[in-house]
Amino acid sequence: MSEEFLLAARGVAKQYGPVVALRSANLSVVPGEIHALLGANGAGKSTLVKILSSVIRADAGAIDVHGVEAALQKPTDSLAAGIATVFQDPALIRDLTLEQNLRISRLTKSDVLPWLERMNLGHIDFDLQVADVPLAVLRLLDLARALAHDPQLLMLDEITAALTTDQADYVFELMQEWKDRGRSVLFISHRLGEVLASCDRATILRNGADVAHLDLAGVDEGQLVTAMLGEELVEELEEAGTTQETGPAVAAGARDRKERPVVLELKDVHLRDKVNGISFELRQGEILGLTALEGQGQKELFQALSGDHRPSAGELLVKGEPLRARSPYDAIRRGVVLVPADRQQALLPQRSVRENLATPLYNSAGGWLALAGDEKERVDGAVARLDIDVRAGSQAQRLSGGNQQKVTIGRWLAAGFDTLLCFDPTRGIDIQTKAQIYDLLREVAADGASVILYTSELREIQLVCDRVLVMYAGRIVNEQDAATATEESMLSAAHGLKEVPA
Amino acid sequence: MSTDLIPLSEEEAAVSGRQKAARYLVNHPHLVLIGVLVLLIILTGLIEPNYLSINGLRNSALFAVPIGILAAGQTILMLTGGIDLSAAMIATGAAYIAANQSPQGAVIAILGGLLVGFLAGAANGIGVGIFQVNPLIMTLAMSGILLGLFTSWAQTIFSGSTRMGDFIRTLGGGSFFGRAIPWAVVVWAVLSVFVVYMLRRSGFGRNLYALGDNPAVARLSGTRAWQVLIIVYTMAGVFAAIAGLLLGGRVGAVDLQLAGVFLLPSVAAAVIGGTSIFGGIGTYTGTILGALILGVLQSLLTFLGAGQAVQQMLYGSIVIGLSWLYTRISAAQ
Repeated sequence: MSEEFLLAARGVAKQYGPVVALRSANLSVVPGEIHALLGANGAGKSTLVKILSSVIRADAGAIDVHGVEAALQKPTDSLAAGIATVFQDPALIRDLTLEQNLRISRLTKSDVLPWLERMNLGHIDFDLQVADVPLAVLRLLDLARALAHDPQLLMLDEITAALTTDQADYVFELMQEWKDRGRSVLFISHRLGEVLASCDRATILRNGADVAHLDLAGVDEGQLVTAMLGEELVEELEEAGTTQETGPAVAAGARDRKERPVVLELKDVHLRDKVNGISFELRQGEILGLTALEGQGQKELFQALSGDHRPSAGELLVKGEPLRARSPYDAIRRGVVLVPADRQQALLPQRSVRENLATPLYNSAGGWLALAGDEKERVDGAVARLDIDVRAGSQAQRLSGGNQQKVTIGRWLAAGFDTLLCFDPTRGIDIQTKAQIYDLLREVAADGASVILYTSELREIQLVCDRVLVMYAGRIVNEQDAATATEESMLSAAHGLKEVPA
Repeated sequence: MSTDLIPLSEEEAAVSGRQKAARYLVNHPHLVLIGVLVLLIILTGLIEPNYLSINGLRNSALFAVPIGILAAGQTILMLTGGIDLSAAMIATGAAYIAANQSPQGAVIAILGGLLVGFLAGAANGIGVGIFQVNPLIMTLAMSGILLGLFTSWAQTIFSGSTRMGDFIRTLGGGSFFGRAIPWAVVVWAVLSVFVVYMLRRSGFGRNLYALGDNPAVARLSGTRAWQVLIIVYTMAGVFAAIAGLLLGGRVGAVDLQLAGVFLLPSVAAAVIGGTSIFGGIGTYTGTILGALILGVLQSLLTFLGAGQAVQQMLYGSIVIGLSWLYTRISAAQ
């Protein structure tokens, strides 16, 4: 290890009002390494990244770049110091085109094109508005933009979360290349497999302070989890049985499920040119997995299911009756509810957790005259069931990412539903919260509700689902029993390789 | 146990007393407003000792009433991310119709005035809620249309009396309990109870906050924005009409400049009270305090011999200054 640090953060602290986000964090990155920053939700990773990229200012501590203390006051200070960041949420203005966004960061197409070509995105139309571009593409564009600044240190906050496997591979290649050039990467991910495969060292944060600095050679996932969560919590998780078993019991359940009533049926549903004739049935108590590469029409399928857009052709039946929704209200009234992918679409950032959870109770005139008499019970029930940490609950924006995601799911626990549509609900959240969400989905299914779970993480299919559908080019190309589905078979179907009509 | 946000340990909490006090006030903005109000009353009393009497305070209250009622409309609209720039013109139009219809009796006059507010507010709501016209544009245009309509009507179908009937004049300018309590304040108090209940204790109020904070969440939760917006703009229109009737009743005679000067203070009262112009944050109790502060300020300025011109400049400066200050406070949090 070199004596010379590229970046050294010493005792960095930050608090928001009464809430401490970072107690005292130390982090040092040497030139030519890929360094992982790990920790559970709320450990302070994102806060530290924001401080290092000068988005927010630290309350205390110092940050040295190449041994010289850097004054990080405004975002351009970090760029000038050679630090470029790709944030968890793409830092792009939704109502501008891609090219206009580039111009804001004083870049041109030709600065980012070489990088985009490497990611198979050389053909991208720069006149598209950000709002019309899939999230994965935006993140890669954000990455290309960061690379165009030719930084000494590239910080990637949960970049792989929304990416498909092949896109993630490009990112790993780039990281390796950056390292070979003697530059450094700070990599943040909840996917420990990725971390172990690509990173050299790791700094682990817990409760706002660094608790371990590890050389990753010879370390396994279990050791990382223990370091992140602390010994006691890991034991607790193991006792709770979150390490999932699939076996004969599941297979028996599958036979039983086939006799249950159909709660949702799609007949040859089309939406614009994105969904091209989808038919399937969802039964009571079933967790139906759905997976696909980015941009195969899954977003539009969920829009049709949730009543956000009416299908351009085909029919949607809820409990045998056709659903022709003019707005999500019509779907909600029939028990079909959505947990959206984008948390920015799912939270009232300035309102309390309670108001966030209770919003659907007041969606029609029947609930307008007063507050629901059972509001507190419903809200408390959802908070307890999801174990939501409400200490910062006066404003939902102060919650950590995992707690925010729990709020978006808890809203429907409070309001009640028959069919829960979840679009990538575990993206970018820690394993502990993920386990809680898996448990919850299985519980609601056991209680007789149905779930459609879209996920880009194939492991989740085997962990949570009963059955899986694979989408490609707006159609279902593959259906499998989740207990026996393999990642290879799902992946090849998702790439449209084996087209097996469902 | 979750590992999320950690509360302060004792030593971390041991910040300086000054910081603690500042944080407490940021979390309890109404205390600051009450403090400002009391200070202003004392200051005014020092400059003009007669002010600290029932008569003096009543004058401030009477001035605060139309601001407070117009600002009720601005508050509920600003919570949804909207605004009503036609409020003053609606108030003027309502007062004009009420004065014009006063010979038909108080009931017809009042209903006629409220109808103006209802129709103009509903039109605003349909424009914003269904046709998705930007609220600034919709209500600014509505203000122009109303001015045009009433200017031409004043010479044609609604020419004639511009004197308010006795009942409305009593309501707007009269008092009871030995001239201690103006009737207009009673009207405002009743309306305040309604608005505060709506925002704090009704499901409809939750929709206003949700729409202003994140319309996508409101939509995905099943709220149909057009329904909420039509109702809330109509409500704001009716509030403006009530303000216009009380103001017309106090002045006695109505012209088409009646309420124009109250537009800026109606926005100022909401902003002083801590309602965010971007929506999602605010309370009507804050706005009430804002309106009272402006009422006292008006008395103070009158005693100092400052006219309408100075007052308007001051309101403008207050809106700009506070908008800047609140942005800084929320950025610092």
